[in-house]
Amino acid sequence: MDIRSQIAMVFHLDKCIGCHTCSIACKNIWTDRKGAEYMWWNNVETKPGTGYPTKWEDQEIYKGGWEKNGDTVSLKGAGKFKGLKNIFHNPHLPVLDDYYEPWTYKYQDLFTAPEGNDQPTARPVSLVTGEHVDVQSGPNWDDDLGGSPDYARQDVNLDKLTAAEQEAMFQLERMTFFYLPRICNHCLNPACVASCPSGAIYKRGEDGIVLINQQRCRAWRMCVTACPYKKTYYNWHTGKSEKCVLCYPRLESGQAPACFHSCVGRIRYLGPLLYDADKIEQAAAAPEDQLVDAQMDIYLDPFDPEIIRQAKENGIADSTIEAAQRSPVWKFVKEWKLALPLHPEFRTLPNLFYVPALLPTMAKVNDGVYDSTGKSLWNGVESNRLPMRYLASLFSAGNTEKIVAVMKRLMAVRTHRRSVTVGDTSREEAAAALEEAGIDADTADAIFRLTSLATFDERFVIPAAHREESIEMLESTADVKGSTGFGFKERPQRGL
Amino acid sequence: MTNYLLFVALPYASLFIFLIGSIYRYRNRGFSVSSYSSQFLEGRRLFWGSQPFHWGLFVLFFGHLIAFLFPKSVLAWNGEPVRLLILEITAFAFGLSAFVGVLLLVQRRLTNRRIQIVTSKMDVVVFIILLVQIISGLLVAYHNRWGSSWFAAFVTPYLRSIFVFDPQMDAIASVDSLSLKIHVVSAFTLIAFIPFTRFMHFLVYPLDYTWRSYQQVIWNWNRKRIRTSRSHSEGRKSTNN
Ligand code: HEM
Ligand code: SF4
Ligand code: SF4
Repeated sequence: MDIRSQIAMVFHLDKCIGCHTCSIACKNIWTDRKGAEYMWWNNVETKPGTGYPTKWEDQEIYKGGWEKNGDTVSLKGAGKFKGLKNIFHNPHLPVLDDYYEPWTYKYQDLFTAPEGNDQPTARPVSLVTGEHVDVQSGPNWDDDLGGSPDYARQDVNLDKLTAAEQEAMFQLERMTFFYLPRICNHCLNPACVASCPSGAIYKRGEDGIVLINQQRCRAWRMCVTACPYKKTYYNWHTGKSEKCVLCYPRLESGQAPACFHSCVGRIRYLGPLLYDADKIEQAAAAPEDQLVDAQMDIYLDPFDPEIIRQAKENGIADSTIEAAQRSPVWKFVKEWKLALPLHPEFRTLPNLFYVPALLPTMAKVNDGVYDSTGKSLWNGVESNRLPMRYLASLFSAGNTEKIVAVMKRLMAVRTHRRSVTVGDTSREEAAAALEEAGIDADTADAIFRLTSLATFDERFVIPAAHREESIEMLESTADVKGSTGFGFKERPQRGL
Repeated sequence: MTNYLLFVALPYASLFIFLIGSIYRYRNRGFSVSSYSSQFLEGRRLFWGSQPFHWGLFVLFFGHLIAFLFPKSVLAWNGEPVRLLILEITAFAFGLSAFVGVLLLVQRRLTNRRIQIVTSKMDVVVFIILLVQIISGLLVAYHNRWGSSWFAAFVTPYLRSIFVFDPQMDAIASVDSLSLKIHVVSAFTLIAFIPFTRFMHFLVYPLDYTWRSYQQVIWNWNRKRIRTSRSHSEGRKSTNN
């Protein structure tokens, strides 16, 4: 057993209000630079929808992620042979138009336009060429199902549904959507790291954050192809790839990453998980329907004395172990089994878990009559607005049982809390729902508390080690006396 | 005198600039070492330019290298006229492929608006050198038959004399071929420009990718030992930052 610690995350999709505050917080800190304007290290998609870059989930197009190859896995569109063969031209690279051409407006024209009969306008200009552009699309063009026939119906996950199911999803009475905020998953089996020919991408041993060394990146641009989530981006100006850094300078000083800190819906949770690095390969190569379980097996119980002993032996600090015990991610993912990885079939073992959107129905449409007089307040989870198979395609590699189990638990918590606070669902009904979901009332209350009332410190459990050793992470303190302690001493300018 | 400047002074000057410049740029200006891929801005035309260009150069580079390192084997191979012809035609085909590639790349740089934005002054130098180099190379191959044989007789001794610090330029200066002289001079010019242009990118060819393990995990400190200071006692620092 090789125990390591990983900063992991949970996004509770029922709580996301789609405000994009997270994206803006990230943009303001990290990607408001030339060449990075088009990058959204954090982006929020509407589902069903095609996402950003367009149809990123379709690996027939982009060849991202891993493929099962006997007892192990191999990269789908990169790797030693394919990568070096395609180094002069990468056939699977998404190009600017797959994202969108970033633009701004000529605001000055509003002031300098000569007097005339018309209102002056600020025309859009490309941030790449500086010339006027006809804006065709943007990173969230299909927000809130805008332009659904063109976007939502192209959603790759709909392929798993029957034609009738698809039609039902787009009936006006049933039409629904939810938001899917995405950042880099800081995977346990990162395809980006494996695909990088120059070895510039690496996973930090201490906390599992995946970073690109800007000094060593040579623009071989294989990581952009390899990441199935399209969370490495190529900076066309500096000639270097960039990705989400999980705000590691903030984490090291004990602060939550900017997108987490600013999240309006408070949907985001962050904390360490202990895991067994020896099991990574085996879990990544698990059969498709067992992928979620295999991944869950990797994470270790931070309360188990034997695990604690071995973790200490492996150099994990007491403060990190203590943080792993308080980690909200441990609770959501392992204890309550409410959160699932996004597209586990890409086999990168992502460390960002999602509590799927519940979207229950309270009525049925019968012959055009809206009928809300059912026996209980909510209909069962099978008649939720989103087909279970759709959610399974997103969060469990097609295993609907996993989704139904999560839904039942979420529903049971609601029924239980409704009976406690409002009282219009009976105690018996709540007890039956809890029984069926396999949780007790105390657990339901704990889930309710962490979901709805959690404070900042409960949502973000950042190991104290990072605060104390922020310089030590990079340098030996004796060597950097009198200097800033940061390694990057050259201006990040495009070379020749 | 001119011959001396071109075939003795220039080679040494450019090799010197190349060595010092590349080491300096690699070590102190690591951020600027990149292939500056522009595929993200334009991919389709790049394919038709970059692939024939690079594969052409790839083969030609090793062709030159083999003729330089093992002239006797090349001569032996060429003893049979059919084999000589096969070698010459293959080499010429890859030369043409590089030529067509570079033309398409130049055309792409000139006509695509997005690519113009990422074209630096040094890129202009790069393409001028490459055009001169490839065109002169093709002319030599076409007019001065059969290059694969006389390369071993004239060029290899000259190049070797440069590298053993005993420059003998007579052989090369006496060859009555302007294109060959241009080809040699522009080759050394190219070498001198490596540290100042995107030519840097082929020095950092990721050969170690072929043997390194796929995943890379880097600990900033030795997690089982107290960290030690570089200046006070030994202990390895991560090389990745
Ligand atoms: C085996 C070593 C080499 C590798 C791996 C390599 C790789 C690359 C890559 C990845 C690009 C960027 C293509 C893009 O825009 O996406 C590039 C561009 C370029 N390479 Fe190489 N290259 C190699 C050797 C060479 C050599 C020997 C030369 C010339 C002496 C050369 C000259 C160029 C030029 C001029 C460009 C710019 C093309 C353009 O965008 O117009 N390369 N190379
Ligand atoms: S999400 Fe993509 S970029 Fe992030 S670690 Fe995983 S493979 Fe790498
Ligand atoms: S800030 Fe929070 S609630 Fe708003 S879009 Fe982002 S994740 Fe959703």
